[in-house]
Amino acid sequence: MSTDETTEAAAVPSQQANGAEADPETDPQAESAAGSETEEASGSGAGDVPEGRDDPDSPDSPDSGSSPSAGDERPAEEDVELGAAMSQLSTAPSEERSQTVPGSLGGPRKPGTAGRVGWFLRELTGWLRWFWRQLTSMRVALMLLFLLSLGSIPGSLIPQTNVDAVKVDEFKQRHDVLAPLYEKLQLFDVYTSVWFSAIYILLFVSLIGCIVPRTWQFVGQLRAEPPRAPRRLDRMPVYTTWHTDAAPDEVLGAARTMLRGKRFRTHLRGDAVTSEKGYLREVGNLLFHIALIVLLLAFAAGQLWKSEGGKLVVQGDSFNNTLTQYDDFQSGTFFGSEDLDEFGFRLEDFTADYYEGAADAMTPKEYRADISYWTGGDGKEKKTAIRMNHPLEVGGSKVYLLAHGFAPVVSVKDGQGDIAYRGPVAFLPQDTNLTSSGVVKVTDYRDAQGNKDQLGFQGFFVPTFGGAESGSMFSQSPELDYPVLFLTAYHGDLGVNSGLPQSVYQLDTDNMKQFKAKDGGPLAKKILPGETMKLPNGAGSLKFEGIKQWANFQISHQVGNGWALGGALAAIAGLAGSLFIQRRRVWVRAMPGPDGRTVVEMAGLGRSESTRLPEELSDMAVSMQAEAPAVAEPSESAEGAGK
Amino acid sequence: MTILAVQNPELAEISNYLIYSAMAVYTLAFFAHITEWVFGSRSRVARTAAALTSKSGGGSASTSGSGDSAGNDTDAGAGAAPKVTVRAEGGTSVLERPKVIVRSATGRRDNVPDGPGAAGGDDQGDMYGRVAVSLTVLAFLLHATAVLTRSLAVERAPWGNMYEFSTAFSMVGVGAYLGFLIARKNVRWIGLPLVTTVLLDLGLAVTVLYTESTELVPALDSYWLWIHVSLAIICGALFYLGFVTTILYLFRDRYESKLLGGGSPSGFATSVLERLPSADSLDKFAYRINAAVFPFWTFTIVAGAIWAGDAWGRYWGWDPKEVWSFITWVAYACYLHARATAGWKGRKAAYLALIAFACFLFNYYGVNIFVNGKHSYAGV
Ligand code: HEM
Repeated sequence: MSTDETTEAAAVPSQQANGAEADPETDPQAESAAGSETEEASGSGAGDVPEGRDDPDSPDSPDSGSSPSAGDERPAEEDVELGAAMSQLSTAPSEERSQTVPGSLGGPRKPGTAGRVGWFLRELTGWLRWFWRQLTSMRVALMLLFLLSLGSIPGSLIPQTNVDAVKVDEFKQRHDVLAPLYEKLQLFDVYTSVWFSAIYILLFVSLIGCIVPRTWQFVGQLRAEPPRAPRRLDRMPVYTTWHTDAAPDEVLGAARTMLRGKRFRTHLRGDAVTSEKGYLREVGNLLFHIALIVLLLAFAAGQLWKSEGGKLVVQGDSFNNTLTQYDDFQSGTFFGSEDLDEFGFRLEDFTADYYEGAADAMTPKEYRADISYWTGGDGKEKKTAIRMNHPLEVGGSKVYLLAHGFAPVVSVKDGQGDIAYRGPVAFLPQDTNLTSSGVVKVTDYRDAQGNKDQLGFQGFFVPTFGGAESGSMFSQSPELDYPVLFLTAYHGDLGVNSGLPQSVYQLDTDNMKQFKAKDGGPLAKKILPGETMKLPNGAGSLKFEGIKQWANFQISHQVGNGWALGGALAAIAGLAGSLFIQRRRVWVRAMPGPDGRTVVEMAGLGRSESTRLPEELSDMAVSMQAEAPAVAEPSESAEGAGK
Repeated sequence: MTILAVQNPELAEISNYLIYSAMAVYTLAFFAHITEWVFGSRSRVARTAAALTSKSGGGSASTSGSGDSAGNDTDAGAGAAPKVTVRAEGGTSVLERPKVIVRSATGRRDNVPDGPGAAGGDDQGDMYGRVAVSLTVLAFLLHATAVLTRSLAVERAPWGNMYEFSTAFSMVGVGAYLGFLIARKNVRWIGLPLVTTVLLDLGLAVTVLYTESTELVPALDSYWLWIHVSLAIICGALFYLGFVTTILYLFRDRYESKLLGGGSPSGFATSVLERLPSADSLDKFAYRINAAVFPFWTFTIVAGAIWAGDAWGRYWGWDPKEVWSFITWVAYACYLHARATAGWKGRKAAYLALIAFACFLFNYYGVNIFVNGKHSYAGV
């Protein structure tokens, strides 16, 4: 017979008699602190054993696990004890038992309208409560999380309007059967769709409904004492024992000092010390979930109040931050034009650096736009540079450099020899070597006879022409080594007066006629800087005067970025606390043994199992040796045998 | 036509040779591991069966035996002496380190001991196992030098395209494994699957994914490349170890269930699975890795968002890469939740972990290759 057993028998004579019930002293406390989550659980002996158990032999049925059932490998009574020791060790709801009670309360319905109304209200609140419980249960949170990730998938495979509207249009043209269907299902706008919003809103309602009770519960746990030591410490996951000559009181005193030194919360209850540590785990977990809400709100605010616009600026030109100056502009629902920050800038210079000797395409190293900018009314100019990854920040706005290209400077003379147009014309890059396409529109033009007409030039610009012998019209390098302009020309109605919006980069040739060359084919010319392209029959000419650069900027005004960042960092900190801190309890019991010596027992229990707990307990036992040195145990061969 | 856009093409060349050498050594390690497993199959231990079938009185008697078999991944070499020992000194026995008894609080098969490892206690097998580990160390050194020289050759972080990403990824995987070994964790059983996949990964890298060491596009030229991408690689490699462990857990768990139900698994299953740690240990190991990596993965995404805010003018724009990082994140959050929810532990949670890693993989290969987005600079 082992010493332990003697100890047990002496300490808890009635153990078999009431072992099947949870400790009556700890139960009421568990209830009050656990709040509504454990209401229904009070009937079952297991109280709130948070760790459910898989039955390896039969399929899992979470709904049926109302008590530790047959097939378990440990007697129920032990589970009860473990459960009581575990109570309030976490704020995670105990799932199965409390969540599956249906809402209908049934019950008698009194006659008359009052009875009917009373019954209806009772049923309604019953079902609402049931629905709320379902929504805030861990299982539904799990399902919603899973749905959230499933729901995000289509948005990554189908083009999205807010990411690339052009691709959406292409897709719609290619799929006339799928496209309407997708449109109905809002698959081109997944992340703002009704169904996707429904998932995350439900998830966040669930989250709030989960956090609030858990926070109360946690506050309750902080105020209450942890449950007293289980009768049989040797049934706890980590256990050790020894005999000593020190008196029980001394041992317990030493234990309290030692545990306090390790920053455990300790209480002396009867013949044992109860202690607990690691509350930061719960704090971290709550912080994490709250931070997610902050993050979502910041994200939503950012979407609702944002504005974003693009502007292409040619070297030497300037931009003022007013709505009319944008090339394109998008804003959130609550954005007003008065929200635009007051500033402007001028593009002084643009530099693109490339790595030398790259393969077939030169790899860019750095793009830099040198600008002068001014804010507010004072008009004082400051110089700075905008680069990739280094936007300009003015007030709540940021100016990003998105793209760059070339703008050939041309002058067009009409049939009368007057200058009809003069200035840089931005050509849009088509490849990484900046082969660019563009158009020149001349609206104010008279032909050789003096009749009013309009001109349109269309063509390509290449910064480095490969030479006629290369057989390629494409640019060989993004740098200005051999700039060439290829143009063809039309006259007729440009369509700019029709009132319909028109791209400045495209020519609508429906109502125009192409000029013919002498050989009868369409007129097309290659011109170098300084050269002139003559239109046939004295219709005028275009001179390629020089080349400027342009840069495309995105100006965005965002709100809530600070909150989003703060929320994200808080979430990470909370998560680290939640996952790396172990919440655990340690009990020390000291009692006189049958041989007059004191039996010391120590046990530890963690919320989840940890490899560190055994080491920690062992260290504690060692540090207790100073006050309660172990003595050789009498008549024993196999010490530590629990049974 | 390919001209290297590198400051130092010779170094890039050297890096390539080093990768090939590393692959050769990994191959040797692979065969050494195979030999270890083959020799190990000579010993027929069947400890699991013994433990699972000789249960008496509900299994709580198991608390006596050698201390910490349940929570044991801190001990290299299964069946090693318990950490906590009682030592007798002189005449009066002084309890220097009291014996601590550990048992599983979750109560499930807490008496199943870990398997003896690939060598199965066979001396010759063990010798080959050690050779395999030594070869892995050598290969790792070559591998790491290759990544370093690549970095020197291109004068930037060595993860600017998929080739570099893959080589760094498997390097971190092996590094983590060796790190666990140094920390005396019981992980040698992961050696064979790991070396196998490292070979596959490097094979893919040098054939399909190989890119000349081109320079970065300006958007990538930022110190966030160091933070964001290196974290992504580390997270991925560790998640991968968790993934392998989860798969082994599923096999081992089925094996134990079968034994418990009185079935007799096939000879091959018995021989191989018997030598793995117990399902409980594997499950815990996988959980710890995944849980520990999760905050870092969260940080990876946040860092990416900050970077995107600087580079593209918005911190979150539902770009495919962003979407899949988010999906991966939510999937791992699902897994962690499942672990906290009764009725979802064990196999169900394990399936979620597999799905989550599949999302990670798709984010890496799938999105780079099949989906076009702002992140499409992979060089494939
Ligand atoms: C926005 C979605 C959510 C995410 C991304 C999320 C993420 C996480 C993560 C990663 C953990 C692991 C931390 C740990 O194991 O200690 C966790 C724990 C937890 N979550 Fe959530 N969660 C979400 C929503 C919810 C909701 C809606 C609920 C309640 C219904 C909830 C309840 C819990 C609880 C109780 C724990 C702690 C489990 C424990 O103590 O072990 N979570 N959550």
